[in-house]
Formats: sequence, C-alpha cells, structure tokens
Amino acid sequence: MDNSEPATRNPYFMSQLPGGGTVKLKAKDFASDQDVRWCPGCGDYSILKQVQSVLAELEADKDNTVFISGIGCSSRFPYYMNTYGMHSIHGRAPAVATGLKLANPELDVWIITGDGDGFSIGGNHMIHALRRNLDVNILLFNNQIYGLTKGQYSPTSEVNKKTKSTPFGSLDHPINPLALAMGADATYIARSMDRDPKHLKQMLKRSHAHKGTALLEIYQNCNIFNDGAFFTFTEKASKPETTLYLEHGQPLIFGPEKNKGIRLDGFKPTVVDLTEGTYTQDDLWIHDEHDQMKGQMLTRFFDDPRTTEDYLPRPFGVIYAEERPCYDDLLFKQLKAAKEQVGEGDLDAMIAGGTTWEIN
Amino acid sequence: MSKTTQIKEEVTIKFAGDSGDGMQLTGTLFTNDTALTGSDLATFPDFPAEIRAPQGTLAGVSGFQLHFGSKKIFTPGDEFDVLVAMNAAALKANLGRIKKNGTIIANTDGFDKKNLRLSKYPDGEHPLENDSLDGYEVYQMPITKMTRECLKDSGLGTKEQDRGKNMFVLGFLYWRYNRSLDSTIQYLEGKFSKKPKILEANLKVLKAGYHYGETTETFTTKYKVKAAPMEKGTYRSIMGNQALVMGLVTASKKAGLPLFYGSYPITPASDVLHGLAAYKNFGVKTFQAEDEIAAVAAAVGASYGGNLAITGTSGPGLALKGEAIGLAMILEIPMVIVNVQRGGPSTGLPTKTEQSDLLQAMYGRNGESPLPIIAPNSPADCFEVAIEACRLTLQHMTPVVLLSDGYIANGAEPWKFPKAADIPEIEVNFVPARDGNEAEPFLPYKRDERHVRGWAIPGTKGLAHRIGGLEKEANTGNVSYDPANHEYMTKIRQAKVDAIADYIPAQEISIGPDEGEVLVLGWGSTYGVIQAITHELLAEGHSVAHAHIRYLNPFPKNLEAVLISYNKVIIPEINNGQLCKLIRDKYMIEVIPYNKIQGVPISNAELKHFVKGILEQAAVPV
Repeated sequence: MDNSEPATRNPYFMSQLPGGGTVKLKAKDFASDQDVRWCPGCGDYSILKQVQSVLAELEADKDNTVFISGIGCSSRFPYYMNTYGMHSIHGRAPAVATGLKLANPELDVWIITGDGDGFSIGGNHMIHALRRNLDVNILLFNNQIYGLTKGQYSPTSEVNKKTKSTPFGSLDHPINPLALAMGADATYIARSMDRDPKHLKQMLKRSHAHKGTALLEIYQNCNIFNDGAFFTFTEKASKPETTLYLEHGQPLIFGPEKNKGIRLDGFKPTVVDLTEGTYTQDDLWIHDEHDQMKGQMLTRFFDDPRTTEDYLPRPFGVIYAEERPCYDDLLFKQLKAAKEQVGEGDLDAMIAGGTTWEIN
Repeated sequence: MSKTTQIKEEVTIKFAGDSGDGMQLTGTLFTNDTALTGSDLATFPDFPAEIRAPQGTLAGVSGFQLHFGSKKIFTPGDEFDVLVAMNAAALKANLGRIKKNGTIIANTDGFDKKNLRLSKYPDGEHPLENDSLDGYEVYQMPITKMTRECLKDSGLGTKEQDRGKNMFVLGFLYWRYNRSLDSTIQYLEGKFSKKPKILEANLKVLKAGYHYGETTETFTTKYKVKAAPMEKGTYRSIMGNQALVMGLVTASKKAGLPLFYGSYPITPASDVLHGLAAYKNFGVKTFQAEDEIAAVAAAVGASYGGNLAITGTSGPGLALKGEAIGLAMILEIPMVIVNVQRGGPSTGLPTKTEQSDLLQAMYGRNGESPLPIIAPNSPADCFEVAIEACRLTLQHMTPVVLLSDGYIANGAEPWKFPKAADIPEIEVNFVPARDGNEAEPFLPYKRDERHVRGWAIPGTKGLAHRIGGLEKEANTGNVSYDPANHEYMTKIRQAKVDAIADYIPAQEISIGPDEGEVLVLGWGSTYGVIQAITHELLAEGHSVAHAHIRYLNPFPKNLEAVLISYNKVIIPEINNGQLCKLIRDKYMIEVIPYNKIQGVPISNAELKHFVKGILEQAAVPV
C-alpha cells in the first residue's frame, strides 16, 4: 500500500497506539451482544458462524474490520458482528464501502448483500464495484426470494415462480450473478453454500485473501419463503450428481463415485462417463482459475437439474481469480504523484490564482 | 482623423453568438482584463443546454453579459450599452434588451441568407438593411472575412481560421475601451505554449481587431471606465463554483481532514467536480461515481471513515440522493451536500438559474429529517459559505445543505481574497480509543450539551460498534422499535439542528434603517439586485432596508425581531415563493412575494418598480 500519509489525523488510530498488538480472539469474541433475529432454521446462521470463525482463525483485528450491508434479511448481518459495521440503505452497500475504503484503505471491509439488494435495486453499484476492483470482500447471500418483505420473487428466482406478487407465475428471466460479474470484469468470483460449512469456510478465507473485489456467492436457504430452492445442490441424495467442486489445476470431476467428468469438445463442455473406458482423467478440462475465457464458460454452467435433462453440474469453488491493480491503491498513488509533480498544495497560492491586482 | 476618449461611469456589454463562436471565452477574457483596471464588475453567462445547438438558430445563441463601472456594481445589468452580435440569431435574441441609442457591433458575415432564415426573419427582411435598427449606433463589420484575410498565409484551414473571429472582436473592444492586449496575450501564450501555429494565429487576429479600431475612420471615440472606489487590498476575479471549490479545500486543510468529494456530472455543478479534481496535490480525493446515489453513498462511507465528505449536485440529483442523505442524517455523521440549483422541475432548464430547491432541501426526505441549510449570496461569498458549511457539519455532526445556483456558479466578480493564515481552524474531535478499563461503556449516541454525538471512526481501538438506518436506542445506538424512544430520538435530532442557531451570527441589515416601512428580504443570488435597488430607493428618500439570509435553517435567532421592525416585508425570489412559505410558517408573519420564474435573474428595473409600488401604497393615507 503506497499511502504516504495516515488516512486520518485521528490520534487514536490503531496503528499509532503504543504496543498496539491484539489479543488472540475466539469466534465468539466476534459475536455482538445483540440477539440474532433471523428465523429459526435460516441459512444465514451458518454463514454468520463461519464468518466469525474465519475472522478468529485469521486473527483479524475487530477494530479494523468493518461490515457494510444494504437492506434485506442478510443485511442485518453487521448488527451481529462485534466489529465496526453499518446497516446502510437498500442496494447501496458497495457505494458506501467504496467511500469508506477510499477514506481509510487500511480497513478490512466486507460487504454483505443479497440477491435483491445486490442484483436488483443495487445492481448498478455491484457492476461498478466489480470493475473498479477495490480491495474489499462481497458476500452475496443468494436465496432467490425476497424474505424481509415476505416472499416476493427476486431477480434470481426461476421463471414462473408463484409468489404473492406473481400469483400466476413470474415472467422475468433470472439473473445469473456470476456471469454478470464476469461481464463487469470482476477479478474474483467464487461460489459456495450454507449447507457445506467446511467449503464455505475455505471459500471465505480464499476470498478474503484475494487482493481486489472478491465476490463470493453463497447459496442460502430461506426456509420460510423459498425452502429447498437449492436442495438439489445441497442435499446428499442429489448433490454428487448436480455439483462440481472446482480445484485449481485439477480435472473437472463429479458424480457419486467420481465417475463423471467434463470434457471440452471444441468449445462445448460435455459430461463424459469415466467408467466406460472411452475417456480417462487425461481427457478432461483442467481447472485454471486464471483463465478468463474458461471462467466465463463455468459461470454458464447454470442449468437447473430438476428441469433439464442433459444438464451440466453447478460449479462451486473459485471460478476465476486475477491480479489487477486496486482502485484504492491507484487513488493514493495518484495523490502522491500529484504532490510530486506540482508540489504540496499551498492554500495562499490556490486562493490568489493566476492574476491579481492591488487597490491602494 | 483624431480620436477622442470619453469617460463612462458604467458600461454593460453583451457578447452574443452561436454556441460554437467562443463567446464565453471572449467574455471571460474581457472580464479578467476589466478586473485588472480596478473597475467593479458583475457577469452573467447565458448559454443553451446543448453543447452545439443547431448552428445559426435562436436556440443556439450563447451569451455573456458584463457590467462594469467606476462605482459599486451589484448586478450584470438589465440592458446593454453594447451588443456584439456574431450572427442574425444573436441580434434577434437580444434586440429587446439593448438600451435606447445603444451600440450594436454586427458581424455582417453572420447575416447571410441562411443565417436570416435560421433566425426566422421573414423572407426578404434584412435587419441590417432596413430601418429596424434605427435609433441604435450600428457598426457593421465583416469579422469572418477580415479574420480569414488576416490568416490567409497561416497554413490553417478555413474552419480553424474562423475559430479566431472572437479574438478579432476582443481586440476591437480592447481598442474601444482603451485597454492593452497584455493580459490576453499572456493568457494565449500560456494556453497555446505547445501549439505555436495556433498561438501566432490568435495573436495576429487579436492585434488585427485592435488595429481595425485604431485605423478605421468610422470609429472616432474610445471609452474609458475608471477604477471603482474599492476597499484597499489585493484582488482577483472569481466565479462562484471556483470559490466554492477553494472554500472546500481550505476547510479541509483548516480541519486537518482529507477531503472526499463524491459526485456525478450534472449542470451546473460539474465545475465543482472539475475544480476539486485538479487539487489532488492537496490530498483531495474526487470520486466520479456511477450515479447520483453512489456519489452520496460513497460520501456517507467516507464520512464514516473520518474524511471531510462532500457530495455535489443540482436539483434532480438532490432528489436522487434523498434517501442516502436521510441515512447520513439518522447516522448523525458530517457531510456537506452542495446543490447548485438550476431551473426545475424534473430536467427543467439545466443551464438556467432558479432558487426552487429550497423546499426540497428543507423537506425533501422521508420521515422527520431536518437539516441545516446555508446559501451564498454572490460568487465570492461561496468561499466563505463553503467553509462555514464544513464548520457546521463537523461541529454539529449533521449533514448540511449548501444551496448555490447557476447564476452564482457561473457569474464572476472581483474578490478581495483573504490570507489563509487569517482563516480560523476548524476543531475536530474524534472519540478517543479505549482499552476496556473505562468505568462506563462506550455509548455511540451519547450527546453533549449541544445534543451532538461523538465521531467514532472505524480503526479506533475499543470503539467497535454498529450503526445503521434503523431507529436507534438513545445513547447505545442499538436498534430500537420502542415507541417512546422513537419520539425522543426524533425530537432530539430536531433539537440538535435547532441548537445551531446558538452558534451562528445574528441576522444583520445589509443596508437601510433598522426599522421602517419596507424590508426587502432575500437569500442567495438575489443579493446584488436587492442591494442595487435598495441603494437607489434610499437615495430617493424611501424608508426601505435590505436583509439577506445566509442561514436558512435554522434561521438566526433574531430574525423574527428584525422582520417585525418593518411594516412590510417583501421577499423577491427566483421561484414561486419558497422562502415566503418558510417565513409565514415559522413566524406567522404576512410577507409580500415577488417571484420571477423565467430562468433568469430578477432585473433591477422590475424589482425597483415593484418595491416602489409597495412603498407608494404605504404613503397613501387610509
């Protein structure tokens, strides 16, 4: 971080405290004293627990960690974290977080959003946050429904969804959030699920480690208004057939007995049976998380196994990651360069401007 | 033939041409040179919303009005002594406002058949050839031809040559007003230092215009306007948006906080973004956001992070920002919202001026969300008001709205500027770090005697806490749906804003007696015209005074006492009576509105006529 001056003149700023080391915190130390008010059985509980546990493992400094959210069930998240936090307004968390990060780039900033907050009312900010690539983390709680307003269809809901606002079925084609993110030139996209805590934890750590805007989509079950939306991917019976866990450098293999793979037939991904003898692991697509073209294709593995016969499995893990300069770094570099170029700003010179005259 | 020099007390010139003719630059350069002579001045640029409106049409006319004199100048002037008309449309659009016996300098090359048709003169009618300009002193000059002639060996194409014709006009006017070419030569040398061919061409045409005045026998008289009696000191010429930018940067330095400016381009506020973006060496962070909402939301984030956060816009943008401003209001964090007002509603009249966002600033958010409002009264005043807005926001932990307008933003005047050392520091107190051994827990919404909470920013040890747009419990800031608490918090937030009245100056009378028949009460950009007419009416022996409100919310504590010291209060506004509504509501005092809603400033003559009418009514015994 090329930040030549402290971001604020607050004399009590962490880094300036004498002997400012931190005590090792446990997951429960990251829980605030407020009662968690999500519905019992909500997938949000699992995510909250994993985030608290990950922060403890990362030895995060709670006074230097900030959660910024918008509006919706998931956006209550900051209230339950014993860190700094702001529950802002609907859809605007990425913009608020941008200002915060530019005010103080040393903060560890997390954005908490949902499918409605992040991809409907706040879709524009999401696109621009991703292309700017500030060094922040975005956790997208996707439950394919509006929960807080009691069950209207969301921009990620499947077509023909019957809800209170769509008694005859919804007409809108759903958004594919990660494909949209790739379209916005995101530098990091990953997918996980509330019902696989181990994987979720791993993805939270990976996302946090990414330098740049890390978008982690988490399939989250709303057991009240959209129960089972992702069960085909999350439940034992169907999961092996429908999900594809990605690992960098490894072939795309899935199936109950690791018996299936994905092979690229030209530009067409095809599911092949590894037990028939026609194809071996050597014939498969090897996951390269730095390959943008293949990353785009993986986001298009978006079939619904319940309605599509020849479906491709849904990928989980890091789909794409690249290093690209962060907006916050670039801004501070530019400030420094401007000073070097034209000298530290002088108020009197600025006020007087170019031409003055005297009245005597 | 000998030439005489005549002394004039004041002159108003209108430069008018096609929006691509460079009239704004011509006016600005002539203004800057005028300032150097020590005359007082006021300007009014007036341009179409389209960047290159259809050439030659009435809609495409761009104008720049300059009023200067050897006396105090309050307004850009109602009518012109001189009209520079670069084409037929410019003449037609402005003819109604040239003084009797005024001068018209017409570029005859802009009056060909096509120009006449585009400016909708009836077939066969040529204003320079019939008697329509009788009574005016008309100088017909083939400016385009002369410019081309002058540049025929320059190697420039015709299109490039024609760009120089505004320099010809400028040179001619410098001759006519007895000026030197130095300031403009200096400007051109700086601007075209890397384009010697263009520089040479501009200088050549500028000088040609000057010599044309000197050698052509038609022009027998030069004019001179002497310096105005102004306070001793060092001056510069300043435009409103420029002063606003410098005020914000100064406040940032005086508060010791980095300045964060979140904005989305919008007329007429974009120049604030442009201006601040150039001051990166002051540590100014400018963020051109994806939309108005992101611009204000980013400012909310920057304020939460401890920066001096500003967002700037114009009316429609303020409407979009409403929800996020409400968030900043309930969070109780500092932020200045600059609204350079323009004609509304909706997209309205983007390049025209209006004062019609006062009620939006006051009430334009959901729920009970009072905000302080402050307004500059002239281009130079923007400097001081910008600093004051920052002081209020930082010291009272509330967003503050600053209401400028298009007229102030783009108008220019001489400014006796201050020394940075003479501007007071702005005290900022962040909540100090805690080590956990304090007797009392940290309470983010605990208040001081002014009802102001502390500014606790992320990164401070021991202060981790959560804030948000949900109603907060008093002191702790935890989410609360308690009915009594909500009422308490609503009232305390109002009380916090009201308490600012204890920390702002009392309302002064700008000119006139402390009590009497009529008080003309204004705010914002009507200052100049009200000053001008009040001076004149006082000189004519009327009982009239002028007070101008800078603090529109809360009002100064003595405002009611001031208002009731006069039999009648007249409020001129460039809107449909918005300050009138606030005054009536707050004090239940009857006021007399004078409203003009035409996208242009109130003229001296019309306002004087109106106020005089009221004064004369009063003089009739009942």
